[in-house]
Amino acid sequence: MDLHLRVWRQKNSETSGKFVNYELKGVSEDSSFLEMLDILNEQLVEKGEEPVAFDHDCREGICGMCSLVINGMAHGPERATTVCQLHMRHYSDGDTITIEPWRAKAFPVVKDLIVDRGAFDRIIQAGGFITARTGSPQDANELLIPKPIADKAMDAAACIGCGACVAACPNGAAMLFTSAKCSQLNLLPQGQPEKDRRSLAMVAAMDSEGFGNCTNYGECQAVCPKEITLDFIAKMNRDYAGARIRHFFGKAI
Amino acid sequence: MNLDSKIPEGPLSEKWTNHKGHNLKLVNPANRRKYHVIVVGSGLAGGAAAASLGEQGYQVSCFCYQDSPRRAHSIAAQGGINAAKNYQNDGDSVYRLFYDTIKGGDYRAREANVYRLAEVSNNIIDQMVAQGVPFAREYGGMLDNRSFGGAQVSRTFYARGQTGQQLLLGAYQQLSRQIGLGQVKMYNRHEMLDLVLVDGHAKGIITRNMVNGKIERWAADCVVLCTGGYGNTFFLSTNAQGCNVTAAFRAYKRGAGFANPCYTQIHPTCIPVHGDQQSKLTLMSESLRNDGRIWVPKSKEAAEKVRKGELDPGAIPEEERDYYLERKYPSFGNLAPRDISSRSAKEACDDGRGIAPGSGLGVFLDFRDAINRLGENVIAERYGNLFEMYNRITAANPYKTPMMIYPAVHYTMGGLWVDYNLESNIPGLFVGGEANFSDHGANRLGASALMQGLADGYFVLPYTVGDYLGRCGIHSAGKTKSDAPGFSEAEQAVKDRITRLLNIKGKESPRSFHQRLGHIMWQYCGMARDKAGLEKAIELIPELRKEFWENVKVLGEEAELNQELERAGRVADFLEFGELMCRDALMRDESCGGHFRTEHQSAEGEAVRDDDNFAFVGVWENQGDDKPPVLHKEQLVYEEVKFTTRSYK
Amino acid sequence: MAVARTMSAAKKVILPSLVKKYLMAGSGIILVLFVLGHMLGNLQFFGPPEMINAYAYHLHHLPGHPVTLWIIRAFLLACVVVHIAMAVLLVKENREARPQNYAKQGFRESDYAARTMPMSGLIIFAFIIFHILQYTVRVVPEHYNATIGQAPVEVSHLQLEYFDVFAMMVKGFSSPVISIFYLIAMALLCMHLTHGVASMFQSLGVRNEVWRYRLKCLATAYGCFIFIGFASIPASVLFFGHGKAYLAEKEAEWAKTPAAEVSVIDAQAAHTQFVTLNEGR
Repeated sequence: MDLHLRVWRQKNSETSGKFVNYELKGVSEDSSFLEMLDILNEQLVEKGEEPVAFDHDCREGICGMCSLVINGMAHGPERATTVCQLHMRHYSDGDTITIEPWRAKAFPVVKDLIVDRGAFDRIIQAGGFITARTGSPQDANELLIPKPIADKAMDAAACIGCGACVAACPNGAAMLFTSAKCSQLNLLPQGQPEKDRRSLAMVAAMDSEGFGNCTNYGECQAVCPKEITLDFIAKMNRDYAGARIRHFFGKAI
Repeated sequence: MNLDSKIPEGPLSEKWTNHKGHNLKLVNPANRRKYHVIVVGSGLAGGAAAASLGEQGYQVSCFCYQDSPRRAHSIAAQGGINAAKNYQNDGDSVYRLFYDTIKGGDYRAREANVYRLAEVSNNIIDQMVAQGVPFAREYGGMLDNRSFGGAQVSRTFYARGQTGQQLLLGAYQQLSRQIGLGQVKMYNRHEMLDLVLVDGHAKGIITRNMVNGKIERWAADCVVLCTGGYGNTFFLSTNAQGCNVTAAFRAYKRGAGFANPCYTQIHPTCIPVHGDQQSKLTLMSESLRNDGRIWVPKSKEAAEKVRKGELDPGAIPEEERDYYLERKYPSFGNLAPRDISSRSAKEACDDGRGIAPGSGLGVFLDFRDAINRLGENVIAERYGNLFEMYNRITAANPYKTPMMIYPAVHYTMGGLWVDYNLESNIPGLFVGGEANFSDHGANRLGASALMQGLADGYFVLPYTVGDYLGRCGIHSAGKTKSDAPGFSEAEQAVKDRITRLLNIKGKESPRSFHQRLGHIMWQYCGMARDKAGLEKAIELIPELRKEFWENVKVLGEEAELNQELERAGRVADFLEFGELMCRDALMRDESCGGHFRTEHQSAEGEAVRDDDNFAFVGVWENQGDDKPPVLHKEQLVYEEVKFTTRSYK
Repeated sequence: MAVARTMSAAKKVILPSLVKKYLMAGSGIILVLFVLGHMLGNLQFFGPPEMINAYAYHLHHLPGHPVTLWIIRAFLLACVVVHIAMAVLLVKENREARPQNYAKQGFRESDYAARTMPMSGLIIFAFIIFHILQYTVRVVPEHYNATIGQAPVEVSHLQLEYFDVFAMMVKGFSSPVISIFYLIAMALLCMHLTHGVASMFQSLGVRNEVWRYRLKCLATAYGCFIFIGFASIPASVLFFGHGKAYLAEKEAEWAKTPAAEVSVIDAQAAHTQFVTLNEGR
């Protein structure tokens, strides 16, 4: 199929970017979206133009590196699908496709379609962990975890940290990401000792990174390639409120 | 080359306990902060090692090429992680896990290392649960297990189809905690381009900052490489796009021995190649083989009709299907080890009975019987996400029509040579995870890669790195500075190479060269190898390499984010490394595990080992550019197990 | 890494984002409940004129009068202020968090109501100001205290003369411009509530996937209920002339005996009398 592409090109974080149009011919419908970009890049190299920089790695929907907004939709039109798993059969010959990077203040563009998602790492560094010294903890089966709890924690843990939630949120809020990690650990018995501390620290880190505030649009859930639900945001809202109250009365931390 | 494996004395089951209990030196907690350790790679091995060393009090700098340590390719492992917990009461033990691993590796792994791996496997599960990894549970709240290829017990722990992701995130969270505490400094989007030796010891690295192109020197008291495998030499593999051999290969260039580079694992259950625009192969978890049955039509005519789309596979009656694994290996059936399973698929396709449209390179993985037996809901619960993934990629519905699968390059058992302490022949250079060669022999069993990465990172390196630092002594702690001799030479070499790549200004893209190398490798050094083919490859690869250095076209500038330059550097190393793989494959004139030489097969097509002549680790020493490398041998001595012919019948 | 450091210059956080949400939701709940009470009270407009007039009288003479009324008013005002302050902060910060928009943003989940909360809120706020000026302060568009006289109300078997609220409402809604403005404002309020009511459960952490859709339906139903309830009043006057005959009759009556500001004082006097009577019982 032949395509008209409108791709965001930006030299680096200091310069401003613009859309550039490209015509691409002979794309197989079995190709993935990123393979389509590979073809574009090969053609650009042939012409001596600089290829489009975009983040990608595993190309099987799990590493969370790929990050494209396609026609205004983070990760493209398919539900529960990362860009790397999106295939060209969902497009038709002659389509115009607009490709942009994630847009949020907390995710500055590094180059072209690549953004810096270091803010996510810093949220985890603030409290997205269980303090468990390497060594010999108790036997894994001494800690009984009801299956529904383990399953729910796994639902949250499925987050790949791609940042589509932030990209899709008109507020640039990182609630879905933060709440998924926070809730995963807060749900499990292992995570209880640090629960309040974690909730407070992760929200504080999230706020200080310059993400927006949640206004319950639900766009994050709709684009999440791992279908993480707003339940976890509700849970974090609940956990944080509890932590705040206990903290206020001096019981926490 | 000194290949002393430093295996401790004593009975196999007590070696590690004694070794870490009183052989290894310790460093006083107050002195640890004076030592600086570099960890390259942030996957299971690297992330866990950096976190644990940081936790112990060392100053750690950790480097990764991705935008975050959480993206390392360990994340893509789907199926699970083995441990000898015997929670299922099916007679598992440390010994059995050890034995299965040695046997699965076709008697080409080092006994003591494998035993230690099996021993610490139980600690890994405890550790990961304590960190909050949501492993699958039974209704009673206890951990669930599944069975996996190459084993007759259920010892695989899993977290849906995302076990690797969950374990990696567990390690990443521990790493993040240390970063937050300031014990570990994390350098994302930094690619290691050279290793620096000071007085023969590994004391630093040279990196390129992938955002602004800056070449930087980093000095430390020792260097730990956990940089993964080299499956991308084949261009098409299940590895992530960025996976590369550069860090390990640069260490090899600096004198580290490269062991068994020809041991490549071809994974039997991948989605078949669809065309020449493809950039990677997608793995479907091996766990699918628990319930799926693998078959091809008995007749070539039926297969051809299926390929052309004239015959619906569901319409092929039972008696005309060849469930070849069940037929050939009745006791393991569809759960035969990966190498055997892959080769059987190749045989079926070579026989003209492959069913993938076009090339024919594909066999069926059929869930019809499992769905009839267990119901669609149970299958959806077990494999729902994998079925969805398959559907997304191929647009076919595995609940209705059988999946098509074909083997693809997946894992590399070879790697930098290391002794029992995971230290290479260069003092101070430690290698963990897939980047070393030590534990899987000639073939890796399913669900063992995660086990090995975490064992190295959490339970081996933190002891043995401390031992090295202790041996160096406190007077040397933190004394290596980045102006030491060795750094400027290495930095200059890196810069020159980059300048050279940018100045060739040829006609062909690095990607295209990579693709061409991949074709050569897959054709001559893939699932089945022979002398003539390997000799051909050893002729072709240097020619391609020469062409590369004359005609590669690398656009963009040095001092900016330049993905073409990154790729060019990696492809340049693959072009040298591919030749080393072929040389090793040619040298190893036997079939073992993932290394199958067509000259050495039984009448039934099974691999035939030559234990008298090849029970050794083949370690290659670099002799400089354009000189053939020299082979060294570490003899494999088995105290506990006896060589037997692997039989999964 | 370099880029990470330049951007991690931590933003100064005025109020944790979640606290903003709690305040928004908390003040929202109060206002949602107030709106319901207000609407139910106003539906007495469809009873005999004495009914709503007596209701108005009671509202103005709650136990502890006049302090109680002012406390309630102050509390409601505080809620409005908090609600608006949070809205302003959220809008400001959220715009900053997304400095550049997409060429065309696609939406999957959020509805029009959710995306227009600031705008609907702003218009509703303007409406509230107008509404208070019209019916509480009674200065817009005319001085009702001057133009509307008294009507009899019965309080505890006592016949009193009190300001004719019913007549004022009829008079106010007789103007098509005002009525239509009210109808539009109520439609916006309905929209605001459909998102707001569902949203406040989420913000306070009492919602899950099962209840998400139920609450959404509930919020929509609630919004529509409020709209129908409120809108029925101006609509009945504008389209069906409800109470116009009464107003004409009353206006004719007041024209004969012009009533002035005195009426209020009278009412207060009457109240004193009423209280005394009650105490005497």
